[in-house]
Amino acid sequence: MSAETPDQPSHAKAGIQKQIQLPFSKAWQISLQGIRIRWMRSLITASGILLGIAFFSFVRTAGLFPIDMTDKEAVSASNRQSWLAIMALLVCFVGIMNAMLMSVTERFKEIGTMKCLGALDNFVVKLFFIEAGLMGVLASLAGWVTGWVIMVLLHLLSKGTEGMVSAFWIASVRELALSVGIGTVITLIAAVPPANRAAKMPPIAALRSEI
Amino acid sequence: MSAHEYVVRTKGLVKIYTMGEEVLRALDGVDLDIRRGEYISIMGPSGSGKSTLFNSIGGLDKPDEGSVFINDVDMAQLDARELAYLRCHTIGYIFQTFNLIPVMTALENVTLPTVFAGMPTDEGLERGMELLDLVGLGHRYHHRPTQLSGGQQQRVAIARALANNPSIILADEPTGNLDLKTGEEIIDLLRKLNRDQGVTVISATHDYKMVNVSDRVVWIRDGKIAKIEERANIDLQIGGMHGEEF
Ligand SMILES: Nc1ncnc2c1ncn2[C@@H]1O[C@H](COP(=O)(O)OP(=O)(O)O)[C@@H](O)[C@H]1O
Ligand SMILES: [Mg+2]
Repeated sequence: MSAETPDQPSHAKAGIQKQIQLPFSKAWQISLQGIRIRWMRSLITASGILLGIAFFSFVRTAGLFPIDMTDKEAVSASNRQSWLAIMALLVCFVGIMNAMLMSVTERFKEIGTMKCLGALDNFVVKLFFIEAGLMGVLASLAGWVTGWVIMVLLHLLSKGTEGMVSAFWIASVRELALSVGIGTVITLIAAVPPANRAAKMPPIAALRSEI
Repeated sequence: MSAHEYVVRTKGLVKIYTMGEEVLRALDGVDLDIRRGEYISIMGPSGSGKSTLFNSIGGLDKPDEGSVFINDVDMAQLDARELAYLRCHTIGYIFQTFNLIPVMTALENVTLPTVFAGMPTDEGLERGMELLDLVGLGHRYHHRPTQLSGGQQQRVAIARALANNPSIILADEPTGNLDLKTGEEIIDLLRKLNRDQGVTVISATHDYKMVNVSDRVVWIRDGKIAKIEERANIDLQIGGMHGEEF
Protein backbone atom coordinates (compact mmCIF):
# COMPACT_ATOMS: atom_id res chain seq x y z
CA MET A 1 0.00 0.00 0.00
CA SER A 2 1.29 3.44 -0.88
CA ALA A 3 2.01 6.04 1.77
CA GLU A 4 -1.13 7.82 2.86
CA THR A 5 -1.39 11.56 2.98
CA PRO A 6 -2.79 13.01 6.20
CA ASP A 7 -6.56 12.86 6.51
CA GLN A 8 -7.06 16.49 7.50
CA PRO A 9 -9.02 18.48 4.95
CA SER A 10 -7.04 21.26 3.35
CA HIS A 11 -8.58 24.70 3.25
CA ALA A 12 -9.05 24.54 -0.48
CA LYS A 13 -11.25 21.49 -0.01
CA ALA A 14 -13.29 22.74 2.90
CA GLY A 15 -15.50 20.08 4.38
CA ILE A 16 -14.32 17.32 2.13
CA GLN A 17 -12.21 14.70 3.80
CA LYS A 18 -10.71 11.49 2.61
CA GLN A 19 -13.15 8.62 2.65
CA ILE A 20 -12.33 6.20 5.47
CA GLN A 21 -10.79 2.83 4.73
CA LEU A 22 -13.08 0.21 6.21
CA PRO A 23 -11.31 -2.53 8.21
CA PHE A 24 -10.78 -5.98 6.74
CA SER A 25 -13.29 -7.41 9.21
CA LYS A 26 -16.01 -5.27 7.64
CA ALA A 27 -15.16 -6.58 4.16
CA TRP A 28 -15.16 -10.13 5.53
CA GLN A 29 -18.56 -9.58 7.11
CA ILE A 30 -20.10 -8.08 3.96
CA SER A 31 -18.62 -10.84 1.77
CA LEU A 32 -20.05 -13.59 3.98
CA GLN A 33 -23.39 -11.84 3.94
CA GLY A 34 -23.10 -11.59 0.17
CA ILE A 35 -22.57 -15.33 -0.20
CA ARG A 36 -25.43 -16.02 2.18
CA ILE A 37 -28.02 -13.76 0.58
CA ARG A 38 -26.97 -14.92 -2.87
CA TRP A 39 -27.02 -18.50 -1.63
CA MET A 40 -28.58 -20.23 -4.65
CA ARG A 41 -26.43 -18.28 -7.09
CA SER A 42 -23.35 -18.99 -4.98
CA LEU A 43 -24.15 -22.70 -4.98
CA ILE A 44 -24.42 -22.75 -8.76
CA THR A 45 -21.12 -20.92 -9.16
CA ALA A 46 -19.52 -23.16 -6.55
CA SER A 47 -20.76 -26.29 -8.29
CA GLY A 48 -18.94 -25.14 -11.43
CA ILE A 49 -15.71 -25.06 -9.44
CA LEU A 50 -16.56 -28.29 -7.65
CA LEU A 51 -17.17 -30.26 -10.83
CA GLY A 52 -13.97 -29.04 -12.45
CA ILE A 53 -11.84 -29.98 -9.46
CA ALA A 54 -13.73 -33.28 -8.96
CA PHE A 55 -12.81 -34.34 -12.50
CA PHE A 56 -9.19 -33.31 -11.95
CA SER A 57 -8.96 -35.11 -8.62
CA PHE A 58 -10.68 -38.21 -10.03
CA VAL A 59 -8.07 -38.54 -12.75
CA ARG A 60 -5.16 -37.73 -10.45
CA THR A 61 -6.30 -40.19 -7.79
CA ALA A 62 -6.39 -43.00 -10.36
CA GLY A 63 -2.69 -42.32 -10.90
CA LEU A 64 -1.89 -42.79 -7.22
CA PHE A 65 -2.27 -46.56 -7.20
CA PRO A 66 1.08 -48.28 -7.81
CA ILE A 67 1.29 -50.13 -11.10
CA ASP A 68 3.13 -53.22 -12.10
CA MET A 69 5.90 -51.89 -14.37
CA THR A 70 6.21 -55.26 -16.14
CA ASP A 71 2.57 -55.09 -17.21
CA LYS A 72 2.75 -53.27 -20.58
CA GLU A 73 -0.94 -52.53 -20.66
CA ALA A 74 -0.90 -50.97 -17.20
CA VAL A 75 2.09 -48.79 -18.12
CA SER A 76 0.45 -47.40 -21.24
CA ALA A 77 -2.77 -46.86 -19.29
CA SER A 78 -0.75 -44.86 -16.80
CA ASN A 79 0.65 -42.67 -19.61
CA ARG A 80 -2.83 -42.06 -20.89
CA GLN A 81 -3.67 -41.08 -17.34
CA SER A 82 -1.18 -38.20 -17.38
CA TRP A 83 -2.70 -36.83 -20.57
CA LEU A 84 -6.14 -37.15 -19.04
CA ALA A 85 -4.95 -35.18 -16.01
CA ILE A 86 -3.80 -32.33 -18.26
CA MET A 87 -7.11 -32.45 -20.09
CA ALA A 88 -8.91 -32.42 -16.76
CA LEU A 89 -6.95 -29.36 -15.71
CA LEU A 90 -7.99 -27.55 -18.90
CA VAL A 91 -11.64 -28.49 -18.46
CA CYS A 92 -11.47 -27.38 -14.87
CA PHE A 93 -9.81 -24.07 -15.87
CA VAL A 94 -12.45 -23.28 -18.47
CA GLY A 95 -15.28 -24.36 -16.16
CA ILE A 96 -14.17 -22.21 -13.25
CA MET A 97 -13.36 -19.22 -15.48
CA ASN A 98 -16.80 -19.44 -16.99
CA ALA A 99 -18.62 -19.72 -13.68
CA MET A 100 -16.69 -16.93 -11.97
CA LEU A 101 -16.60 -14.49 -14.91
CA MET A 102 -20.37 -14.75 -15.19
CA SER A 103 -20.89 -14.21 -11.50
CA VAL A 104 -18.66 -11.11 -11.48
CA THR A 105 -19.77 -9.45 -14.72
CA GLU A 106 -23.42 -9.77 -13.79
CA ARG A 107 -22.58 -7.61 -10.79
CA PHE A 108 -20.85 -4.72 -12.60
CA LYS A 109 -23.93 -2.61 -12.06
CA GLU A 110 -23.79 -3.38 -8.37
CA ILE A 111 -20.16 -2.26 -8.32
CA GLY A 112 -21.15 1.02 -9.98
CA THR A 113 -23.94 1.49 -7.45
CA MET A 114 -21.65 0.83 -4.50
CA LYS A 115 -19.20 3.41 -5.81
CA CYS A 116 -22.02 5.96 -6.07
CA LEU A 117 -22.74 5.30 -2.40
CA GLY A 118 -19.14 5.98 -1.40
CA ALA A 119 -17.34 2.63 -1.67
CA LEU A 120 -13.61 2.86 -2.35
CA ASP A 121 -12.18 0.93 -5.30
CA ASN A 122 -9.99 -1.26 -3.14
CA PHE A 123 -12.86 -2.09 -0.83
CA VAL A 124 -14.94 -3.35 -3.74
CA VAL A 125 -12.01 -5.46 -4.94
CA LYS A 126 -11.52 -6.77 -1.40
CA LEU A 127 -15.14 -7.91 -1.31
CA PHE A 128 -14.75 -9.90 -4.50
CA PHE A 129 -11.36 -11.25 -3.43
CA ILE A 130 -12.73 -12.60 -0.14
CA GLU A 131 -15.85 -13.98 -1.76
CA ALA A 132 -13.96 -15.71 -4.57
CA GLY A 133 -11.26 -16.95 -2.19
CA LEU A 134 -13.80 -18.51 0.15
CA MET A 135 -15.75 -20.08 -2.68
CA GLY A 136 -12.54 -21.30 -4.31
CA VAL A 137 -11.26 -23.01 -1.15
CA LEU A 138 -14.56 -24.57 -0.10
CA ALA A 139 -15.69 -25.68 -3.56
CA SER A 140 -12.25 -27.07 -4.44
CA LEU A 141 -12.16 -28.97 -1.16
CA ALA A 142 -15.57 -30.45 -1.83
CA GLY A 143 -14.56 -31.16 -5.43
CA TRP A 144 -11.40 -32.97 -4.40
CA VAL A 145 -13.32 -35.10 -1.88
CA THR A 146 -15.92 -35.95 -4.51
CA GLY A 147 -13.39 -37.03 -7.14
CA TRP A 148 -11.24 -38.91 -4.67
CA VAL A 149 -14.15 -40.81 -3.08
CA ILE A 150 -15.54 -41.88 -6.45
CA MET A 151 -12.15 -43.09 -7.69
CA VAL A 152 -11.42 -44.96 -4.45
CA LEU A 153 -14.87 -46.59 -4.48
CA LEU A 154 -14.32 -47.76 -8.07
CA HIS A 155 -10.92 -49.12 -7.08
CA LEU A 156 -12.32 -50.91 -4.05
CA LEU A 157 -14.98 -52.55 -6.22
CA SER A 158 -12.53 -53.77 -8.87
CA LYS A 159 -9.30 -54.44 -6.95
CA GLY A 160 -10.18 -54.29 -3.27
CA THR A 161 -7.67 -52.60 -0.99
CA GLU A 162 -4.74 -53.48 -3.27
CA GLY A 163 -2.25 -50.60 -3.47
CA MET A 164 -3.80 -48.60 -0.68
CA VAL A 165 -0.56 -48.51 1.27
CA SER A 166 0.78 -45.62 3.32
CA ALA A 167 2.38 -44.04 0.23
CA PHE A 168 -1.11 -43.78 -1.27
CA TRP A 169 -2.44 -41.91 1.75
CA ILE A 170 0.49 -39.52 1.84
CA ALA A 171 0.13 -38.85 -1.88
CA SER A 172 -3.59 -38.24 -1.37
CA VAL A 173 -2.90 -35.47 1.11
CA ARG A 174 -0.43 -33.94 -1.37
CA GLU A 175 -3.09 -34.14 -4.07
CA LEU A 176 -5.63 -32.50 -1.76
CA ALA A 177 -3.34 -29.52 -1.27
CA LEU A 178 -2.63 -29.36 -5.00
CA SER A 179 -6.31 -29.44 -5.98
CA VAL A 180 -7.38 -26.83 -3.46
CA GLY A 181 -4.43 -24.65 -4.45
CA ILE A 182 -5.15 -24.89 -8.17
CA GLY A 183 -8.91 -24.45 -7.71
CA THR A 184 -8.51 -21.39 -5.52
CA VAL A 185 -5.91 -19.75 -7.75
CA ILE A 186 -8.02 -20.22 -10.89
CA THR A 187 -11.07 -18.87 -9.05
CA LEU A 188 -9.17 -15.77 -7.97
CA ILE A 189 -7.67 -15.27 -11.43
CA ALA A 190 -11.16 -15.41 -12.91
CA ALA A 191 -12.83 -13.13 -10.37
CA VAL A 192 -10.40 -10.50 -9.18
CA PRO A 193 -9.16 -8.86 -12.43
CA PRO A 194 -12.65 -8.15 -13.80
CA ALA A 195 -13.84 -6.89 -10.40
CA ASN A 196 -10.77 -4.69 -10.26
CA ARG A 197 -11.45 -3.37 -13.76
CA ALA A 198 -15.07 -2.53 -12.88
CA ALA A 199 -14.03 -0.89 -9.61
CA LYS A 200 -11.52 1.36 -11.40
CA MET A 201 -14.06 2.53 -14.01
CA PRO A 202 -15.87 5.81 -13.48
CA PRO A 203 -19.07 4.74 -11.67
CA ILE A 204 -21.24 5.60 -14.65
CA ALA A 205 -19.30 3.23 -16.92
CA ALA A 206 -19.85 0.34 -14.51
CA LEU A 207 -23.52 1.27 -14.16
CA ARG A 208 -23.98 1.34 -17.92
CA SER A 209 -22.40 -2.00 -18.59
CA GLU A 210 -25.02 -4.45 -19.75
CA ILE A 211 -24.37 -8.12 -20.18
CA MET B 1 -23.97 37.05 -0.03
CA SER B 2 -21.27 34.66 1.05
CA ALA B 3 -19.56 32.32 -1.33
CA HIS B 4 -21.67 29.53 0.13
CA GLU B 5 -24.77 30.80 -1.57
CA TYR B 6 -24.16 28.32 -4.35
CA VAL B 7 -24.02 24.63 -3.67
CA VAL B 8 -23.16 23.67 -7.25
CA ARG B 9 -21.50 25.73 -9.97
CA THR B 10 -20.44 24.55 -13.36
CA LYS B 11 -18.17 26.51 -15.66
CA GLY B 12 -17.90 25.81 -19.35
CA LEU B 13 -18.69 22.11 -19.10
CA VAL B 14 -17.96 20.18 -22.28
CA LYS B 15 -18.39 16.46 -22.78
CA ILE B 16 -17.52 14.95 -26.10
CA TYR B 17 -18.40 11.50 -27.37
CA THR B 18 -16.66 10.26 -30.48
CA MET B 19 -18.09 7.33 -32.35
CA GLY B 20 -15.92 6.67 -35.38
CA GLU B 21 -16.06 9.78 -37.57
CA GLU B 22 -18.88 11.37 -35.64
CA VAL B 23 -18.06 13.83 -32.86
CA LEU B 24 -20.91 14.60 -30.51
CA ARG B 25 -20.79 17.45 -28.01
CA ALA B 26 -23.18 16.01 -25.42
CA LEU B 27 -22.42 19.05 -23.25
CA ASP B 28 -21.34 22.16 -25.06
CA GLY B 29 -20.30 24.86 -22.61
CA VAL B 30 -22.70 24.61 -19.69
CA ASP B 31 -22.51 27.36 -17.04
CA LEU B 32 -24.92 26.81 -14.22
CA ASP B 33 -25.14 28.11 -10.66
CA ILE B 34 -27.42 26.32 -8.25
CA ARG B 35 -28.37 27.96 -4.97
CA ARG B 36 -28.42 26.16 -1.66
CA GLY B 37 -31.84 24.72 -0.84
CA GLU B 38 -33.16 25.12 -4.35
CA TYR B 39 -35.39 22.67 -6.16
CA ILE B 40 -34.19 22.80 -9.71
CA SER B 41 -35.36 20.86 -12.74
CA ILE B 42 -33.25 20.22 -15.77
CA MET B 43 -35.66 19.86 -18.65
CA GLY B 44 -35.06 18.83 -22.18
CA PRO B 45 -35.94 16.27 -24.79
CA SER B 46 -34.36 12.84 -24.83
CA GLY B 47 -30.73 13.04 -25.92
CA SER B 48 -30.34 16.71 -24.99
CA GLY B 49 -27.59 16.00 -22.46
CA LYS B 50 -29.45 15.83 -19.14
CA SER B 51 -27.87 12.58 -17.96
CA THR B 52 -24.45 13.72 -19.11
CA LEU B 53 -24.87 16.86 -16.98
CA PHE B 54 -26.14 14.75 -14.07
CA ASN B 55 -23.06 12.52 -14.30
CA SER B 56 -20.67 15.47 -14.41
CA ILE B 57 -22.26 17.28 -11.47
CA GLY B 58 -22.37 14.05 -9.49
CA GLY B 59 -18.75 13.17 -10.13
CA LEU B 60 -19.77 9.93 -11.81
CA ASP B 61 -17.97 10.83 -15.02
CA LYS B 62 -15.33 13.40 -15.89
CA PRO B 63 -16.12 16.26 -18.26
CA ASP B 64 -13.64 16.86 -21.10
CA GLU B 65 -13.47 20.59 -20.40
CA GLY B 66 -14.70 22.95 -17.72
CA SER B 67 -15.17 22.56 -14.00
CA VAL B 68 -17.73 21.55 -11.45
CA PHE B 69 -17.61 23.19 -8.03
CA ILE B 70 -19.44 21.56 -5.15
CA ASN B 71 -19.61 23.87 -2.12
CA ASP B 72 -16.89 25.92 -3.84
CA VAL B 73 -14.57 22.93 -4.13
CA ASP B 74 -13.33 22.16 -7.63
CA MET B 75 -14.13 18.52 -8.17
CA ALA B 76 -11.16 18.05 -10.49
CA GLN B 77 -8.87 18.77 -7.51
CA LEU B 78 -10.18 15.82 -5.51
CA ASP B 79 -8.35 12.51 -5.33
CA ALA B 80 -10.17 9.17 -5.43
CA ARG B 81 -10.72 9.02 -1.68
CA GLU B 82 -12.05 12.56 -1.51
CA LEU B 83 -14.38 11.85 -4.42
CA ALA B 84 -15.66 8.77 -2.60
CA TYR B 85 -16.22 10.92 0.51
CA LEU B 86 -18.16 13.43 -1.60
CA ARG B 87 -20.33 10.70 -3.12
CA CYS B 88 -20.91 9.22 0.31
CA HIS B 89 -21.65 12.34 2.35
CA THR B 90 -22.44 15.29 0.12
CA ILE B 91 -24.49 13.89 -2.76
CA GLY B 92 -27.40 11.45 -2.83
CA TYR B 93 -28.15 9.87 -6.20
CA ILE B 94 -31.50 8.78 -7.56
CA PHE B 95 -31.73 6.97 -10.89
CA GLN B 96 -34.50 6.29 -13.35
CA THR B 97 -33.89 2.56 -12.94
CA PHE B 98 -33.70 2.79 -9.12
CA ASN B 99 -30.41 0.84 -9.00
CA LEU B 100 -31.14 -0.92 -5.74
CA ILE B 101 -28.99 -3.93 -4.97
CA PRO B 102 -31.32 -6.79 -5.88
CA VAL B 103 -30.21 -9.31 -3.27
CA MET B 104 -30.47 -6.88 -0.38
CA THR B 105 -33.60 -5.99 1.57
CA ALA B 106 -34.99 -2.46 1.59
CA LEU B 107 -33.35 -1.84 4.97
CA GLU B 108 -29.97 -3.24 3.86
CA ASN B 109 -30.07 -1.04 0.77
CA VAL B 110 -30.81 2.09 2.77
CA THR B 111 -28.16 1.22 5.33
CA LEU B 112 -25.36 0.57 2.84
CA PRO B 113 -24.17 4.21 2.56
CA THR B 114 -23.87 4.36 6.36
CA VAL B 115 -21.61 1.30 6.21
CA PHE B 116 -19.32 3.10 3.77
CA ALA B 117 -19.42 6.15 6.01
CA GLY B 118 -18.14 4.00 8.87
CA MET B 119 -21.26 4.35 11.02
CA PRO B 120 -21.63 1.59 13.65
CA THR B 121 -24.08 -1.12 12.54
CA ASP B 122 -26.77 -0.45 15.18
CA GLU B 123 -26.77 3.25 14.49
CA GLY B 124 -26.94 2.58 10.74
CA LEU B 125 -29.92 0.26 11.12
CA GLU B 126 -31.68 2.80 13.29
CA ARG B 127 -31.02 5.49 10.71
CA GLY B 128 -32.24 3.15 7.95
CA MET B 129 -35.54 2.45 9.71
CA GLU B 130 -36.04 6.14 10.42
CA LEU B 131 -35.60 6.92 6.71
CA LEU B 132 -37.86 4.09 5.56
CA ASP B 133 -40.53 5.47 7.89
CA LEU B 134 -39.95 8.91 6.41
CA VAL B 135 -40.69 7.64 2.88
CA GLY B 136 -43.62 5.59 4.16
CA LEU B 137 -42.10 2.13 3.80
CA GLY B 138 -41.17 1.27 7.37
CA HIS B 139 -43.44 -1.78 7.25
CA ARG B 140 -41.72 -3.17 4.13
CA TYR B 141 -38.17 -3.01 5.50
CA HIS B 142 -37.45 -6.72 5.03
CA HIS B 143 -38.66 -6.87 1.42
CA ARG B 144 -36.33 -7.32 -1.53
CA PRO B 145 -36.58 -4.88 -4.47
CA THR B 146 -38.31 -7.55 -6.59
CA GLN B 147 -41.06 -7.71 -3.98
CA LEU B 148 -41.70 -3.98 -4.23
CA SER B 149 -43.51 -1.92 -6.86
CA GLY B 150 -41.62 0.62 -8.97
CA GLY B 151 -42.84 3.50 -6.85
CA GLN B 152 -41.83 1.71 -3.66
CA GLN B 153 -38.40 0.92 -5.07
CA GLN B 154 -37.91 4.57 -5.91
CA ARG B 155 -38.91 5.47 -2.34
CA VAL B 156 -36.28 3.09 -1.04
CA ALA B 157 -33.78 4.71 -3.39
CA ILE B 158 -34.74 8.15 -2.04
CA ALA B 159 -34.31 6.93 1.53
CA ARG B 160 -30.90 5.53 0.56
CA ALA B 161 -29.92 8.84 -1.04
CA LEU B 162 -30.64 10.58 2.28
CA ALA B 163 -28.71 8.11 4.42
CA ASN B 164 -25.73 10.33 5.23
CA ASN B 165 -27.58 13.66 5.26
CA PRO B 166 -26.34 14.93 1.90
CA SER B 167 -26.63 18.59 0.96
CA ILE B 168 -27.56 17.68 -2.62
CA ILE B 169 -29.96 15.16 -4.09
CA LEU B 170 -29.27 14.46 -7.73
CA ALA B 171 -32.06 12.71 -9.57
CA ASP B 172 -31.94 11.52 -13.18
CA GLU B 173 -35.49 11.12 -14.48
CA PRO B 174 -36.74 9.78 -11.14
CA THR B 175 -40.27 9.36 -12.52
CA GLY B 176 -39.24 8.03 -15.92
CA ASN B 177 -40.13 4.42 -15.13
CA LEU B 178 -43.27 5.16 -13.12
CA ASP B 179 -46.92 5.64 -14.01
CA LEU B 180 -48.48 9.09 -13.77
CA LYS B 181 -49.88 8.86 -10.25
CA THR B 182 -46.83 7.16 -8.73
CA GLY B 183 -44.62 9.69 -10.47
CA GLU B 184 -46.56 12.51 -8.85
CA GLU B 185 -46.17 10.92 -5.43
CA ILE B 186 -42.41 10.71 -5.94
CA ILE B 187 -42.27 14.35 -7.04
CA ASP B 188 -44.28 15.39 -3.98
CA LEU B 189 -41.96 13.41 -1.74
CA LEU B 190 -38.86 15.05 -3.24
CA ARG B 191 -40.45 18.47 -2.84
CA LYS B 192 -41.37 17.71 0.77
CA LEU B 193 -37.81 16.62 1.56
CA ASN B 194 -36.51 19.76 -0.11
CA ARG B 195 -38.75 21.94 2.07
CA ASP B 196 -38.45 20.04 5.36
CA GLN B 197 -34.78 19.08 5.28
CA GLY B 198 -33.45 21.94 3.20
CA VAL B 199 -31.70 19.55 0.84
CA THR B 200 -31.00 20.93 -2.63
CA VAL B 201 -32.77 18.87 -5.27
CA ILE B 202 -31.46 18.76 -8.82
CA SER B 203 -33.63 16.69 -11.05
CA ALA B 204 -33.22 15.90 -14.73
CA THR B 205 -36.55 15.20 -16.28
CA HIS B 206 -38.85 15.54 -19.22
CA ASP B 207 -41.86 15.27 -16.98
CA TYR B 208 -43.78 18.56 -17.09
CA LYS B 209 -45.29 17.89 -13.67
CA MET B 210 -41.86 18.66 -12.26
CA VAL B 211 -42.19 22.24 -13.45
CA ASN B 212 -44.91 22.94 -10.91
CA VAL B 213 -42.76 22.19 -7.91
CA SER B 214 -39.47 23.63 -9.16
CA ASP B 215 -37.97 26.88 -7.97
CA ARG B 216 -36.19 27.16 -11.29
CA VAL B 217 -36.24 25.26 -14.53
CA VAL B 218 -33.18 24.91 -16.71
CA TRP B 219 -34.05 24.13 -20.29
CA ILE B 220 -31.32 22.28 -22.06
CA ARG B 221 -31.05 21.44 -25.72
CA ASP B 222 -28.22 19.90 -27.74
CA GLY B 223 -25.90 20.15 -24.77
CA LYS B 224 -26.49 23.87 -24.26
CA ILE B 225 -28.63 25.76 -21.80
CA ALA B 226 -31.45 27.23 -23.85
CA LYS B 227 -33.01 29.26 -21.03
CA ILE B 228 -33.38 29.37 -17.28
CA GLU B 229 -36.74 30.31 -15.85
CA GLU B 230 -37.72 31.32 -12.34
CA ARG B 231 -40.84 29.67 -11.02
CA ALA B 232 -42.78 32.92 -10.92
CA ASN B 233 -42.44 33.32 -14.68
CA ILE B 234 -43.23 29.69 -15.41
CA ASP B 235 -46.60 29.81 -13.70
CA LEU B 236 -47.82 32.35 -16.21
CA GLN B 237 -46.86 30.23 -19.17
CA ILE B 238 -47.77 26.80 -17.98
CA GLY B 239 -51.09 26.78 -19.79
CA GLY B 240 -49.54 27.13 -23.19
CA MET B 241 -46.61 24.84 -22.55
CA HIS B 242 -48.25 21.46 -22.79
CA GLY B 243 -49.10 21.91 -26.43
CA GLU B 244 -45.66 23.22 -27.20
CA GLU B 245 -43.21 20.74 -28.74
CA PHE B 246 -40.37 22.24 -26.68
N1 LIG C 1 -21.64 6.67 -23.44
C1 LIG C 1 -22.00 7.34 -24.53
N2 LIG C 1 -21.39 7.14 -25.71
C2 LIG C 1 -21.75 7.83 -26.80
N3 LIG C 1 -22.70 8.76 -26.82
C3 LIG C 1 -23.37 9.01 -25.68
C4 LIG C 1 -23.05 8.32 -24.47
N4 LIG C 1 -23.86 8.77 -23.49
C5 LIG C 1 -24.64 9.71 -24.07
N5 LIG C 1 -24.35 9.86 -25.37
C6 LIG C 1 -25.00 10.79 -26.29
O1 LIG C 1 -24.95 12.09 -25.73
C7 LIG C 1 -26.18 12.76 -25.95
C8 LIG C 1 -26.76 13.18 -24.63
O2 LIG C 1 -27.16 12.01 -23.93
P1 LIG C 1 -27.84 12.06 -22.51
O3 LIG C 1 -27.07 12.96 -21.64
O4 LIG C 1 -28.00 10.66 -22.06
O5 LIG C 1 -29.25 12.72 -22.85
P2 LIG C 1 -30.58 12.74 -22.01
O6 LIG C 1 -30.30 12.23 -20.64
O7 LIG C 1 -31.02 14.17 -22.02
O8 LIG C 1 -31.57 11.89 -22.72
C9 LIG C 1 -27.05 11.82 -26.75
O9 LIG C 1 -27.00 12.18 -28.10
C10 LIG C 1 -26.46 10.48 -26.50
O10 LIG C 1 -26.65 9.64 -27.61
MG1 LIG D 1 -31.10 10.60 -19.61
